[in-house]
Amino acid sequence: MTGRKPENLRSYLAVVYPALMLVVFFIVPFAIMVTISFFHRDPGAFYTPVFDIANYQNLFSALFVRVLIFSLFIAGLAAAVCVGLGFPFTYFITRMPRRFQVFWLVFLLSVLSLSEVIVGFAWSLMLSRTAGLSNLLVWLGLMNKPVSWTPSFAALLCGLCYLAFPYTVLVLYPPLSRLNPSLPEAARTLGASPLRTFFTVVVGALRNAIVAAFVMVFVFTLGAYLLPQILGRPHHWTLSVLITDRAIYQSNMPMAAAMAIFFMLVSLALVVLTMFIGKEKKVAS
Amino acid sequence: MDGIVLENINKQFGSVIAVADVDLELSDGRFVCFLGPSGCGKTTLLRLIAGLEAPTRGRILLAGEDITRTPAHRRNFGMVFQSLALFPHLTVGENVSYSLKVRKIDRDTRRRRTESLLELVQLSGLVDRHISQLSGGQKQRVAIARALAIEPRLFLLDEPLSALDAKLREDMQLELRMLQQRLGITTILVTHDQREAMTMADLVVVMGPGNRIHQVGSPLEIYRHPANTFVADFIGTSNLLEGTCDKSGEIRVDRVHLEVAELPAEILPDSAVTVSVRPEDIRVLPGIESGNNRLPGKVSFIRDLGSSVEVYLDCAGIQIISHSTPKGRPEIKPGDDATAVLPPAACVALKS
Repeated sequence: MTGRKPENLRSYLAVVYPALMLVVFFIVPFAIMVTISFFHRDPGAFYTPVFDIANYQNLFSALFVRVLIFSLFIAGLAAAVCVGLGFPFTYFITRMPRRFQVFWLVFLLSVLSLSEVIVGFAWSLMLSRTAGLSNLLVWLGLMNKPVSWTPSFAALLCGLCYLAFPYTVLVLYPPLSRLNPSLPEAARTLGASPLRTFFTVVVGALRNAIVAAFVMVFVFTLGAYLLPQILGRPHHWTLSVLITDRAIYQSNMPMAAAMAIFFMLVSLALVVLTMFIGKEKKVAS
Repeated sequence: MDGIVLENINKQFGSVIAVADVDLELSDGRFVCFLGPSGCGKTTLLRLIAGLEAPTRGRILLAGEDITRTPAHRRNFGMVFQSLALFPHLTVGENVSYSLKVRKIDRDTRRRRTESLLELVQLSGLVDRHISQLSGGQKQRVAIARALAIEPRLFLLDEPLSALDAKLREDMQLELRMLQQRLGITTILVTHDQREAMTMADLVVVMGPGNRIHQVGSPLEIYRHPANTFVADFIGTSNLLEGTCDKSGEIRVDRVHLEVAELPAEILPDSAVTVSVRPEDIRVLPGIESGNNRLPGKVSFIRDLGSSVEVYLDCAGIQIISHSTPKGRPEIKPGDDATAVLPPAACVALKS
């Protein structure tokens, strides 16, 4: 009996720490944001603390809906591109000898150390007319004169994928390297070509990992704030840009909070839906 | 000839030799076991036949046709892996019919074939089960059914029974053997368990040190006439007696003259020999007796297992084990003087 109490206390403490962190750094700020989203904006001052659902009622402007859809669209597209490229890429890495695997992983980790600002300006420079890749193509005789590829949708997509790609590979690497090498071999002996083996067995057996990677990149890209402004035109700006604009430049904190909360709920719903579809497929097959 | 022929097969991984100088002819309809301790290259040899590895040197012929460079998916061989390698995201039925689907066989035929295969391995009614819902033995059967779905030219099994418990393993051995006889399909099984090889095989290929083949023969032949000391030691238990062969071709072990059934040509006069005698061939007599093929000594231990009796003799430093039936048990107890009688027909002389 005497021995049990400190053990209880210790296990209790082990829960307290993460709970405390969660409350201080997540729940409290979130609660503040929820509260502010119901305040009334005062154009002269900042806002007045009254309960007001006008912010949510005013949410559905044409601009907001368009930007919301665009944000979800480009995040989904970036996630699809990253997983589509990253899955075969990671598969080939895991089939390499150990030291090549380490090289690639270290390389990808070093890419992660670059800041979003540097990545953004590097891409912007690389796609520019004056110093960009098109000059190289002109020099090679593949193009007549240099052109500017930025700002554009494609430039933005490239930038986002570049940022998210290392994360995709790092998320996919553990499940892929744990894949039993006999599985593709079994498919080969059963008559499946290497390509068919890849799609029916490797992709099939790792469907959960693919869905998880997709969701991760999607959520990661949704928050993009800097790249849309560097590589995109104003109509490529994502909701994060719009929210910042409301909050900082128009000093409409309640509106920005309402937008952020709505955005969060929509993306949460989409993530849950994606997970659900991933599970459903597994049971159905 | 029909069947499969391996010509001078060598396989190296970097500087490691996995399979050395394998020449083997396996005729159709046989049940062949590749037997050997772990790391002797038996699994690599099977993977070479399956097309999952390419030989560094040598040729593989199937019914006279060179298939050395044919990729695995064009060989039409069924293989059961050690880990079974069942597709975890597919049901039992989808696993079994995978190869049929790859070959674009229509849905009805696929369903009928899957049902009859599951019936064959006694798993009817589990078509829609998930792999994770199966027991070890059931998974085994699914893997076998899956490998047999295309009516393969060759049925390859890589230690598929090693994960099962002893009872289930013996049941599966018999079942697999009967299945093979019924289908008449050429089968190669890789195993390190000599009992398994003895139970199932028509032909045993013993592999060992040097990653080469040490002996090819029927189970009984290999047991009765081991080709060298490694085979004699690896297959069953054997008494290996160190001796010498003098100029006239007479073998002596510890000053006792040992008559042997035949003296292989490879044993040169005036050289060291090893004589292998199976424990069940050795008779133990009470008291000290001298003469040819008689080793006198002391009983050090008797193990009575009920169904058989094992007598351990210490004959002037040479350990001898004798197995007898309970009826044939000699009237002795530990500490008594006793003599081991080694019948000439049971003594196999081997080069040391």
